Amino acid sequence: MAVINYIEAVNSALREEMAQDEKVFVLGEDVGAKGGVFRATEGLYEEFGESRVLDTPLAESAIAGVGIGAAMYGMKPVAEMQFADFIMPAVNQIISEAAKIRYRSNNDWTCPMTIRAPYGGGVHGALYHSQSVESLFAHVPGLKIVMPSTPYDVKGLLKAAIRDEDPVLFFEHKRAYRLVKGEVPEEEYVLPIGKADVKKEGTDVTVISYGLCLHFAMQAAERLEEEGISTHILDLRTVYPLDQEAVIQAASKTGKVLLVTEDNKEGSLMGEAAAIIGEYCLFDLDAPIQRLAGPDTPAMPFAPTMEKYFMMNPEKIEKAIRDLAEF
Amino acid sequence: MASANYETLGLSSDQVLSMYESMLLARKIDERMWLLNRAGRIPFVVSCQGQEAAQVGAAMALNTEEDYLLPYYRDVGLVLHFGMTAQELMMQGFARADDPNSGGRQMPGHFGQKKNRIVTGSSPVTTQLPHAAGIALAAKMEKKNFVTLVSFGEGSASQGDFHEAANFAGVHNLPVIFFCENNKYAISVPMEKQSGSEHISERAAGYGMPGVTVDGNNPLAVYEAVKKAADRCRNGEGPTLIETLSYRQTPHSSDDDDSSYRTKEEVEEAKQNDSIHTFSAYLRECGVLTETKEKELQEKIKGIVDDATETAESAPYADPETTLNYVYAPKGGDL
Repeated sequence: MAVINYIEAVNSALREEMAQDEKVFVLGEDVGAKGGVFRATEGLYEEFGESRVLDTPLAESAIAGVGIGAAMYGMKPVAEMQFADFIMPAVNQIISEAAKIRYRSNNDWTCPMTIRAPYGGGVHGALYHSQSVESLFAHVPGLKIVMPSTPYDVKGLLKAAIRDEDPVLFFEHKRAYRLVKGEVPEEEYVLPIGKADVKKEGTDVTVISYGLCLHFAMQAAERLEEEGISTHILDLRTVYPLDQEAVIQAASKTGKVLLVTEDNKEGSLMGEAAAIIGEYCLFDLDAPIQRLAGPDTPAMPFAPTMEKYFMMNPEKIEKAIRDLAEF
Repeated sequence: MASANYETLGLSSDQVLSMYESMLLARKIDERMWLLNRAGRIPFVVSCQGQEAAQVGAAMALNTEEDYLLPYYRDVGLVLHFGMTAQELMMQGFARADDPNSGGRQMPGHFGQKKNRIVTGSSPVTTQLPHAAGIALAAKMEKKNFVTLVSFGEGSASQGDFHEAANFAGVHNLPVIFFCENNKYAISVPMEKQSGSEHISERAAGYGMPGVTVDGNNPLAVYEAVKKAADRCRNGEGPTLIETLSYRQTPHSSDDDDSSYRTKEEVEEAKQNDSIHTFSAYLRECGVLTETKEKELQEKIKGIVDDATETAESAPYADPETTLNYVYAPKGGDL
């Protein structure tokens, strides 16, 4: 199996789906000749031409809205928001339109569209190039939100998102783009949206996370092995709707649960995970459910000292796991 | 009525008669909805009255077998001409299971019917404009020759989605018609508080497309403008912005009282130009319509509206449990 990085997995999934299905096309700002500001669409313009790799005017509501129209017609648009922070002008199109088209038309019209956006911090991106925006969309029935952590999951889940019959928000951690590498099979595969994945089996403490934080949790767990603390790690992969069954199983397994997200703590989707555990696993718990998250500030600042203070890291997670293990 | 001659537009007497019939049917359905609302039998109405000429004139200039329509909430005339029936509109009014727009999920005026290429709409205004650009983009990509018409009120022209969609369509030279039904009011806010320019159509130049303003009380003038725009679309010449001028004869909706922001005299004066009457007079002048024919037409339409009302009112609601259906695709997609 080839080892590729996270963003190569994005590129590879797009290329394969575009080659297989002529209805698939990409639209967004700078996705054409430039290949995207992160180079996620690199080479697609040359391979598939400008009509299928569409540089749009600088207008996010139109990127989403034009995609929605094309999807209703029967195309398979993959829209790119240059940064998740810039998705806000498109929120009306995503929440009022894409999410409700099937429901409001009683299954007459549908919106099979994917919206990709790089999210997350640790890249000196300051307030408006670092945010996690998933919780804004994670109580909107009709949407699915996928946030993979590994190149293997990125490729399999992006292909699934493009093929999905409903709108999917696909958030990619931009710090992970070139930092995270992993094995991806040569042969074709697709992974199921809506299914979490156990990334590490363990017996003492359960960590539930997603995206870049998942890797920090893996690193923390590795260090704690030396102390004899065994960590069970569940990767949500699809953060909305949540894979309830997997969350319940993972929490029940150790009875001590740490929920980790880079998002601001209050109102993050870890509150929902905690509620599910509270509803279904109360008598399996041996310690209070713990949430480890970003502080409740508007976003992370530019100065490296403050950015580091805000960001999740393996040390913060290691301490939290140890505290839970010793509870 | 302006002196536009239907024959010079290539229309037959049967076609202009059918134009009038559609206008009258739209008006009569709308009037019935108000009666039903005031009698407490349907909860909400939002009206087409005063805009029938613009709507039917536009619809007749399109190919109802292949073109796409993204209407806004007043477009009874447009959707009727695109194949939605009086009974189906009544099913929506009564929120019945057989409402083809939404199965009783959406308020009246939220049209959508895939078999007739009437694209589903919502309540936040103007969101349908980028969708129209997207459908027109698909037409271009798939090398299809259909036209997409999207309609909206003049208030919608203030929204960002108007600008974003028009600009996108201009850049990509898309086969789409932006059809602004300027009825002078966005609920209570008059045109002079809505727009810094006298006409919405003036903005077209900024998007690299032609913009025209036509008399929305004259269905033939609207037909001519839309026909020309549709021909441009089919010839690969790109989008057009059309503004029709008419007057909203009713309050904004059944929940609005317009006496707080306009006078009865103003409304009565505008009704002097009511297209239903002026077009009827024109057709009589041309000898297409006679008193007997008019009477027959009125009788026929009353029968249609009566039947539609009766059938819809006695039709069942959707089962309450179906509230849960179709959040996601029924098979495989459901999580």
